[in-house]
This record gives sequence, C-alpha cells and structure tokens, in this order.
Amino acid sequence: MSAAIPLEEIKVIKLSVYRFDPTLDNKPYMQSLDIEVPTNKDLMVLDVLHLAKEQEPSLSFRRSCREGVCGSDGMNINGKNGLACVTPLSEALKRDKLTLRPMPGLPVIRDLIVDMKQFFDQLEKVQPYLITKGGVPEKERTQSPEEREELDGLYECILCGCCTTSCPSFWWNPDKFLGPAALLQSWRFIADSRDDATDERLDALEDAFSLYRCHGIMNCVSVCPKGLNPTEAISNIRNKLLSRKK
Amino acid sequence: MKVDEIINGSDIPVKEFDGIIIGGGGAGMRASLQLAESGLNTAVISKVFPTRSHTVSAQGGITCAIASDDPDDDWRWHMFDTVKGSDYIGDQDAIEYMCAEGPKAVFELEHMGLPFSRTEEGRIYQRPFGGQSKDYGKGGQAARTCAAADRTGHSLLHTLYQANLKAGTNFLNEWFAIDLVLNVDNAVVGVIAFEIETGEIFYIKSKATVLATGGAGRIYSSTTNALINSGDGIGMSLRAGFPVQDIEMWQFHPTGIHGAGTLVTEGCRGEGGYLINKDGERFMERYAPNAKDLASRDVVARSMALEILEGRGCGNDADHIKLRLDHLGPEVVHKRLPGITELSKTFAGVDPAIEPIPVVPTCHYMMGGIPTNVHGQVISSKSGEDKIVEGLYAAGEVACVSVHGGNRLGGNSLLDLVVFGRAAGIFIEDSMKQGVDLKPASSVDLDRALSRLNKLNESTEGHQSTEIKKAMQDNMQKNFGVFRRGDLMEKGIEDLAEARNQIENIHLQDKSATFNTARIEALETQNLFEVAEATAITANERKESRGAHARDDYPDRDDDEWLKHSIYFSDDKSVGKRDVNFRPKQVQAFQPIERTY
Repeated sequence: MSAAIPLEEIKVIKLSVYRFDPTLDNKPYMQSLDIEVPTNKDLMVLDVLHLAKEQEPSLSFRRSCREGVCGSDGMNINGKNGLACVTPLSEALKRDKLTLRPMPGLPVIRDLIVDMKQFFDQLEKVQPYLITKGGVPEKERTQSPEEREELDGLYECILCGCCTTSCPSFWWNPDKFLGPAALLQSWRFIADSRDDATDERLDALEDAFSLYRCHGIMNCVSVCPKGLNPTEAISNIRNKLLSRKK
Repeated sequence: MKVDEIINGSDIPVKEFDGIIIGGGGAGMRASLQLAESGLNTAVISKVFPTRSHTVSAQGGITCAIASDDPDDDWRWHMFDTVKGSDYIGDQDAIEYMCAEGPKAVFELEHMGLPFSRTEEGRIYQRPFGGQSKDYGKGGQAARTCAAADRTGHSLLHTLYQANLKAGTNFLNEWFAIDLVLNVDNAVVGVIAFEIETGEIFYIKSKATVLATGGAGRIYSSTTNALINSGDGIGMSLRAGFPVQDIEMWQFHPTGIHGAGTLVTEGCRGEGGYLINKDGERFMERYAPNAKDLASRDVVARSMALEILEGRGCGNDADHIKLRLDHLGPEVVHKRLPGITELSKTFAGVDPAIEPIPVVPTCHYMMGGIPTNVHGQVISSKSGEDKIVEGLYAAGEVACVSVHGGNRLGGNSLLDLVVFGRAAGIFIEDSMKQGVDLKPASSVDLDRALSRLNKLNESTEGHQSTEIKKAMQDNMQKNFGVFRRGDLMEKGIEDLAEARNQIENIHLQDKSATFNTARIEALETQNLFEVAEATAITANERKESRGAHARDDYPDRDDDEWLKHSIYFSDDKSVGKRDVNFRPKQVQAFQPIERTY
C-alpha cells in the first residue's frame, strides 16, 4: 500500500469500479465515478462504495457488519485483496485514484459480487468441524490454556476468501487445490486437542493437489485482513504428514 | 419464475420442507441443528451466508451458571440478576427456563468444538459482566460470562455452522424472505422467498416456520448493528396481523466507538476497565456506588448521557466519554481483548493498551419482539387473551419470550439464542411426530403474500428507499433515544405518519433479477419502517420510566399501571397490555423492588 496521503488535500477522488450485470451487459466494463470525500476524517473503502451507490443505485456489492468480522466485503482494492470496511481510504488511495474489482479467480455474478461456491466446496472437503470418538462428558471437555493457545491464529478466520482468491495455485487448480482458507481450517481441527480424527484428516490431504500445490508464494499471508498465516498452517500439516511416514 | 415479474399466486413454483428457519444466525442455526439431527427435512433461508449473520459481532461472552469461576455458582442467582435487570417485566417462567437449561446448552456448544478460553484447571473461562451478582445480590460481583477471548459470537456462530454442515442441514444461502403465507385459518404455512443471485422465486411450503431474523438496530442512525439488521421478521409478522411486545425497549450499549458506532465489549469493564469524564473522574462511582462500571447497561448508558448533557463530556465538542484500559497492562488487553484492540486501532486510531477509547451510548439491542412462549410458539394476544399462532415460531432477538424485559444483561443474548433456538427445535420435532395438520394455502392467500413485491416491481415513480430510510433514522435518533419526552415523541410519530405513504410507494429504479441489492434494500427499508413506527407509538404510550425506557416527563416506574408488557398491532396501531409471568416452576417468584446497583 502507498504511503498515507495528507487528508486535507483530498476533495474529489476518482473511483474506477468493475461493472457487470449479466441481464444487461454483454461484457464487463470499468465505470469511472467522481466521489467527493470529506477532508476532516478518513473514510473506509466501504464508505466510498456507499457514496458511489448514491450516484449509481444499481452498483452491487456484499456488505454486512462494517467492522471486519463477518467477511462479506472482500474485494480487490487497488490491486490487493482486502475487506472494504476496514481498509482506510488513506492507505488504499494511489494518486487520488481507487480501483475496485471483484476478488480474482472466481466467477463474477454481478459487479463486485463473486460466486463463492468453489471456495465453500473446498472448505467442506476438509470436514471443518470437530470429530470426536467416544461419549461426551456431562460438562465441558477440559483443555489446558496451552492447548487452547494452539488454536489462536486459526479459529479467527472469517471465510472472506481474500487469501484463497489471491493464490495463483488456486487460480490454476480451483477444483483440486483446497486453497489457503480451507487448509487453515484443516489445521485448526488437527491442532485441537479435543479432535480425534487427525489420521483421517491427513489421509484425505495426501495426494498431489489438495495440499502439495501450495508453493509458498505467501500471497495469502500478505492479504489476510485478520493477520492470520495460512502458509504456516500448511507447512505444519506438511510436517505432520512427513513425520508420519517415518 | 423470476423476482422481476408480476407474479400470480396460482403460478408460483413450490419447494417443500418439514421445517424452515428464516435467518442463519445463532438462534436459527441452533434450531436447524436440532431439527436436522432429528432427521426432519430442514432448510435454513438466510439472506447472507450464515457466518455473515450479526451473531458474529458478539464479543464478550455467553452468561451462564456453569460454576467454573465459582464452584458454588447457582442458576437461581443468574435468574435473580436477570429478573432485576429486566426491571421486572421479564417473564419469570422463561427466565427460569433459560437460566436452568443454560448450562446444558453451553456444554453442548463446547462439545461441538467452540474454542472457549480456558482456566488453569482446563475449564471454560468466565469473566465478570454488568448486573451480575452472587447470592441474590448479597454476595458481591459474580464472574459468570463464558468467553472465547472477545470473539465469542464469532466462535459460536462458526461452531454452529460447522455442526449444521456435519448434520446435513439444507442451506438456502443468499435467499430473501418477502412475506409469510397464511391459510384461511390464519395459520402460517410457509413463506415467499427468492434466490438473490438468480432471482428465482418460490413459495416455500412448511408446517413449521421459524423466524430467527434478529434485530433491527438500523432504525437508528447510530447503532452497533450490522447493515443487514433490518427487522425482516418483525415486518413480516406485523403485516401478517400478529403483534409485537415491548418493542419500545431498545438497549443503548454504553460503549459504542464514538463516530463509528462499532461495539467495544462490556467485557472491557469486566476485565477491570472503567469510564472517565473530561476531568478524568471515574463518575460511575457516583451513580452506582456498589457495582460502579458494572451496573446494568441502561444505568451506565444514562449516567454517561447525563455526564455529556451536563458538560463533562470529553473532546472538543464535549460529546463523548472515555473508556480506560491502559492500567490493565498490555498483557491483559492483548490476551483477553484482542478483537477490541483491533477495532479501536481501526475505528478510533487508539491502542487501548496505551490510550483510552472514545465511546458513547449507541443503539445495540431490541429487547422487544414477537411474543412467544418458552417453546418458541408465537402468541397473538388481541382482546387480552393469549392465542397460539399455528405454524409460526420465533427465537432469538426477533422474539420476545421475554427474558430481557426492559433491559437485557450483557451475555444473556447469546444464551437466549442457543436456549430458545434449541427449545423451538425440540418442540417442533415433537409436534411433527404427533402430526401437524394445516389447510393448504389458496392462490388468494399466496397473492396476498406477493402483493408487496408486485407493487415494488410495478413502481414507476415515488421516493427512493435510501432517502426514506435516512429521514426515519434521524427521526428515531432524535426523538426516541436514551432519554424520551412526550412532545418530542409525538412530533416523531407525526413525521413517521407522513412518511407512511412514501414507504408504501417506493420507486425501485433497478428492476434487474440478478443479485439486485437495490430491491433487497427497498424490501428491508419497509421492514425497518414497521419496527420504527411500532417503537415510536408504543414508547409514547408507556407513560413511565422502566429499564431502557427513560422519560423526562414520567421519571418514575409505575408498577400499578405498567408492570405489564405492551402489545402493539400495526393494522389499527393499537397498544394494549399483557400480563407479565410471575409463575416460575422451581422457585418462588421474585417480586418487584427498587432497582439500585
């Protein structure tokens, strides 16, 4: 991201936004809009989209919590994936210009809205839920603070898709490579002291594509809006797979 | 058939399920899990992907007497606190059920995999929250709120989604429900809904329809609520002729970030944080000498509003209060409150481990809602007599069962979700086993449920939904906030009445059938407007101060007249009264006493 621009100087910014409505348009195009932004406070990119929607009510994008916890408004902001609601304009702007495109690598439904089906299909393949064997106790299962700490940096994932759709390995093999988000979830359950399905989980990943297509490019790490590290999770799974072979 | 056509009830395609749940938040997904695990063909209809639901924003925790922090903790103490917190208009049968069943429901969440924070003994970590006590208010502050750092809602919602995946629930994700379908007996037999992506529209037929659509904080211009919180279930229910209860009771959370409205959890104060005015004074010591910053939310919000009104607010405009956490040390702040550290940096530009956070009371929670019994069955109460609405259920924030009465305690909303989502599921499962027989909807019945959509599609002129929404939000913010006054409320009601014609005749410019967010927002704004009008009229009618409803012109609680639920019907805009339940099954009822903290 470029260095912050002094806010007093911003009055009108150029928004270039990806537009496509399959019921009206033969092909997508970039629409240019002049957006007036206040000079006395920093806006988020989502605020700019709301201002744009006042001019163009048909502009479509997903949004919900507007505080970076629901994962709705992942998009490509001046070339980098991020959440519109927690990306300050001062950080995103390049020479008073803001270019917004849908997250790459997934089919576009309309404007900034992508079809997330492939993303969620890959997530479901890792069985993203706790699997336990034997009965349940009357109260909670116990877990030490140290065991619980293993889940920090994993359980916080909001499934926004910023990481997976910035990953070249996913672009090439979206049906076979599970992608960073799904693999982070896989490790979240392998790392959980309460889960009893580590071997089954590892078995399911032991093919040429599911996990091993990760080439350590680390785009996932650089874009994650929650500061998580899917590459590390993937290498932890890799080590687990290797140590199992000995 | 697509959502941009003019649709006849006789032509609409049908999908059928045993049970449908409208809303994919905590209450909806807890209900769907119960039904799916029982083998019923269950569908969740959610306008957003389920983990985008507003439950995800809950931070501090889920309050429940699991006796981890204090091995002697007792659900009856939790019940006492909740009844007192409600300012005595919470139903004691429902509060008793919630507090007593709670531990079971919380342990189930842990078994599903919820990553709770832990104590040294390996048990679930509990923190103090406002309004909590030991020994019926006599034993000092309790620590009863079970937490996963300050991301408990996120953890709970993702865990429930995971469990539903495992159970094989059908998800109709990014589907929007327009209106309930009623048969000739006024029983609910499903809903009209469309797939947002394609615009394909269906009558979704079911013998059990659960409304789990959450709150409607977006009736105010400043709120902690997500943009999707538009009261869709309330709108649908009022248009179907069913009432809302205690809808004037809106919680203003003491600590919304000034300017942004985003929430910072009460858990900040639970961990030892406190509020200061411009003089650096810890002013809650004056207003609530015992509980101080952990008095219940209505009390703290009013105290803050008074500090600001009396000129002791912080900042150049003296318009906010500061929340101090820096004395706790970076270890506690970053370990126990990592989420609010992130939010404070993003939205206030401060690191709470170093500097205080600027905060202001902000609309947060709808205590009122659709009246139900403890099984989630919706109750209609015209002419003072309770009558069950066949086929319709409600759970979570949209419902008013009522466990929160005039003021909700922190951490009780997540408990409400799982306990009553679960209870509705259990009841529906049982009633399906016994057999449910409801008459089918006629094409006239379907036409009625389609009329709102058809009108919008036919519109060629009129106001934009965005302008109507903005005026409504400003009106509600100005006239129905923390402090209320008869003359201002009457002006507010007049303004709403004038906007009625506009809201009925919104002009939808964009008629596309493909992921048309303008159509969604128009339908949502109509729902919000129903909630706003119900709130305004009922607030003016309740001539007393109780819980979150504080009137300058009626400053005292009036138990003779208003130890009652309010009941509002939108067809004739009437406000009636309904008895509060004082008949718990396992304990003696708690009688109203003066409420101090």
